[in-house]
Amino acid sequence: MSAAAKSAEAGHHGKEIRSDIHVTVEPRDRGGLDVVLDSRVSPYYGDAIQAQVRQVLETLAIKHARVVVHDEGALPYVIAARIETAARRAGLAVGQKSLPDQRPLPAPSARDRLRRSRLYLPGTEPKYAINAALHEPDAIILDLEDSVHHAQKDAARILVRNTLRAVDFGHCERMVRINQLPLGLEDLAEIIPESPDLILIPKTETPAQVGEVDRMISELKTRHNITRPIWLMPILESALGIENAAAIASTSENICALTIGLEDYTADLGVVKTPEGAESLYARTRLVNAAKAVGIQAIDSVFGDVGDMDGLRRWGQNSRAMGFEGMGCIHPSQIRVIHEAFSPSQAEIEKAQKIVAAFEEAQQRGLGVVSLGSKMIDPPVVQRALKLVARAKQMGKA
Amino acid sequence: MTDKLELAQNAAGRQVPAMVNGKPQIPYLGVGKYQPRGRKQAPPIRSNKDYPENGDKRVPDLETALRNCGLRDGMVISSHHHLRDGDKVALMALEAAAKIGVKDLMWFPSASFPSQKGAIDLLERGVIHHIEGSMNGPLGDYCTQGKMRGMGVLRSHGGRWQAIQDADVHIDVAVIAAPTADAFGNADGSHGKSACGSLGFALADSTYADHVIVVTDSLVPFPCVPWQIQGNNVDYVVEVDSIGDPAKIVSGTTQITRSPDRLRIAELVARFLREAGIMRNGFSFQAGAGGIALAFVQYLKAMMKEDGVKARFVRGGSTKYLVELLNEGLTDYILDGQTFDLDGVRSMANDPRHVASSPFTSYNYHGKGNFASMVDAVVLGATEVDIDFNGNVVTHSDGRLLHGIGGWQNCLASGCTILAVPSFRDRIPVIVDEVTTLTGPGELIDVIATERGIAINPLRKDLIDAVKGSSLPIRPLEDIKAEVEQICGGKPQRPKHGDRPVAVVKWVDGTVLDTVWQVG
Repeated sequence: MSAAAKSAEAGHHGKEIRSDIHVTVEPRDRGGLDVVLDSRVSPYYGDAIQAQVRQVLETLAIKHARVVVHDEGALPYVIAARIETAARRAGLAVGQKSLPDQRPLPAPSARDRLRRSRLYLPGTEPKYAINAALHEPDAIILDLEDSVHHAQKDAARILVRNTLRAVDFGHCERMVRINQLPLGLEDLAEIIPESPDLILIPKTETPAQVGEVDRMISELKTRHNITRPIWLMPILESALGIENAAAIASTSENICALTIGLEDYTADLGVVKTPEGAESLYARTRLVNAAKAVGIQAIDSVFGDVGDMDGLRRWGQNSRAMGFEGMGCIHPSQIRVIHEAFSPSQAEIEKAQKIVAAFEEAQQRGLGVVSLGSKMIDPPVVQRALKLVARAKQMGKA
Repeated sequence: MTDKLELAQNAAGRQVPAMVNGKPQIPYLGVGKYQPRGRKQAPPIRSNKDYPENGDKRVPDLETALRNCGLRDGMVISSHHHLRDGDKVALMALEAAAKIGVKDLMWFPSASFPSQKGAIDLLERGVIHHIEGSMNGPLGDYCTQGKMRGMGVLRSHGGRWQAIQDADVHIDVAVIAAPTADAFGNADGSHGKSACGSLGFALADSTYADHVIVVTDSLVPFPCVPWQIQGNNVDYVVEVDSIGDPAKIVSGTTQITRSPDRLRIAELVARFLREAGIMRNGFSFQAGAGGIALAFVQYLKAMMKEDGVKARFVRGGSTKYLVELLNEGLTDYILDGQTFDLDGVRSMANDPRHVASSPFTSYNYHGKGNFASMVDAVVLGATEVDIDFNGNVVTHSDGRLLHGIGGWQNCLASGCTILAVPSFRDRIPVIVDEVTTLTGPGELIDVIATERGIAINPLRKDLIDAVKGSSLPIRPLEDIKAEVEQICGGKPQRPKHGDRPVAVVKWVDGTVLDTVWQVG
């Protein structure tokens, strides 16, 4: 037993808590393991939980401890995370991990894949993750930053790590929002070995910040033999960040998109955030331009009023018109509205398809000029139509 | 009265007691296999000479009414749950019986509620011998822990009518809580300060019981209209200050679920009805007041509007969401067995197209047909389903009593029975190898809709064909089950139960479908 060992706890329990577990670990010098279990699901999984608690403690090389567990129906990967957190807080399990079985990894993510919606999942709240993909956002974000209390950063990091290994997110891109540096570097050490598809870097203001994250990821990938891409999406949330948008966008080949955080940005400006967003028009336009200048995506902020679907739809349509390709969501009910808002209309798609058909016909006939009826179609119009039809196909609309 | 335990295996392979509370039982024989014979029971013939010519049947209190009815040890006293958790009348009547000093009553509620946990004291004091009716909460635990002297008997709403009609149960005294009544005993549920909507659950009792007492807190001069209960069947009328707590009788508003997962289930069910072609002009459906069912109605409503489809009738439990369908011209009628919120109560009181129905018209299996089998689709819940599509609604997976059967068993007769359930709750899988307590045979359950996909009973090839090629996530039930077991960390343990039966579950024909065993 290390000198620093002390009794420590992790997780949550109580009548209102679901799918979580509370673990207290009291280090001891001798006497072996004393596990006290109280579980809402005892009649069904009591034996399995007893066995798992002992197995996790063994993996963490803990031989003597009293462990008291109040379980509210947590899934096995959550149980493992909470025990590991309590053990580490107790000064035990130094350098040890208890990893749940790794699910097969989804196909690697493409730089220009659809990113219309990304659903935020708070990093310390286990109950939302397991069914998140059923609502079919383009991406989920396991959040270690603003939704996590400062005292719970360690717990969130371990839970998010286990979530990446154990939860099937289907076709969703698996994103993680790390903390601001330097805390974010600790997040990376725990998270990168589990091959997330994308890291969001909050409150990015300078190219140097992105560079630091990029280098650390690159080192970790090498160390853990990861070859699949892990993309970066810097979040610009301040006046300075917006001023540096173009420089930030070109920092690394791994950046696939820029996004904006409007709560912090408007706070930085000292203005009120409105549903119309006039106060952030400059910042958003500038961000779109910086992103397009280096051929990456521009992604909008979130719309905070979960009850206002009409407001959300207007925001999304306006956002698409400005050049954004997606936005964040804070509730699954926003996903469908966002997807509709960021989809081209049927009329747009049909027009683009006609142009593409005319273009292909001209190619076949070896003509340099594309024409539709009596109208000549300029090359940029053809390019836009090609992009739009390709996107519509990704959305299953063409 | 302890029966010597003799068990028989029924057609569903379940061990059921041969005797229950001193009466021989018929084990479940299969759907539609039991043929009833004989004539219905009838109450004694009465004469006008024994009732006041001016029609005033009022007596000062319940104690007097019960004494006048000749209540004595071992009799059957019935009550109803149209006031739901707000009901004060059932306990009032049982307490009055205790004052008279009678013992060993059989309490025969159409359902009991948590606020009636005071009945435990009466059971302990020997006033009540046992309860035949749904038990949950504290009463459910009391029964499952084996503390009740007799055996619980759980019946569906239709099964309760059948049991009364067929003389399986003889009611000595029926006590009917009435939101409005006149001194003659005519009673109505849709007016008065304690208005609850339909009084349908009390109709069988008023027709077949030896004695009928109406208890009201809103007495009106004769005539009380509409007379959902006819005064001609009533012996005594008792006026009290309050029959119940209005806040708990109907909710101000019924809540649609806000859980995204449950909303997804609700939407999948609505889409299923549309894709399968069940949602068409002139169709009918039934959905209860659960969170998923209410959300289902909202999704279906939007689809009906989109497709220009109108229903001929919908069946309640009514809520404001069904009332909106009626008011927006999306259905011609609501046929309503139970009214859950204020909008439902107001609508029934004011709109002749919102019709009170009873377990006789809707659910009784021993009749010349009923409405349930004429409904095109019904959306129900369940605590467990198994791989053979059997359903359990009465017990937790650990064997403790949880819910009454309600109209659930009766509704299985519909053209398309859909159980809308999450695939697991917390960590507890809902799809299991074998249901803990069999409440509905799988051959009558057509579709199981979960957030992870929709499973269609292989017996329903027509439904399988109807949705072929749709974008619905149709999956084999085994598939969904396997996925959930992977998530939950393997198959759950089989909870241990004792070998003493504490209650039986009746099928709609009065045969014994399964046994609830002592737990803990």
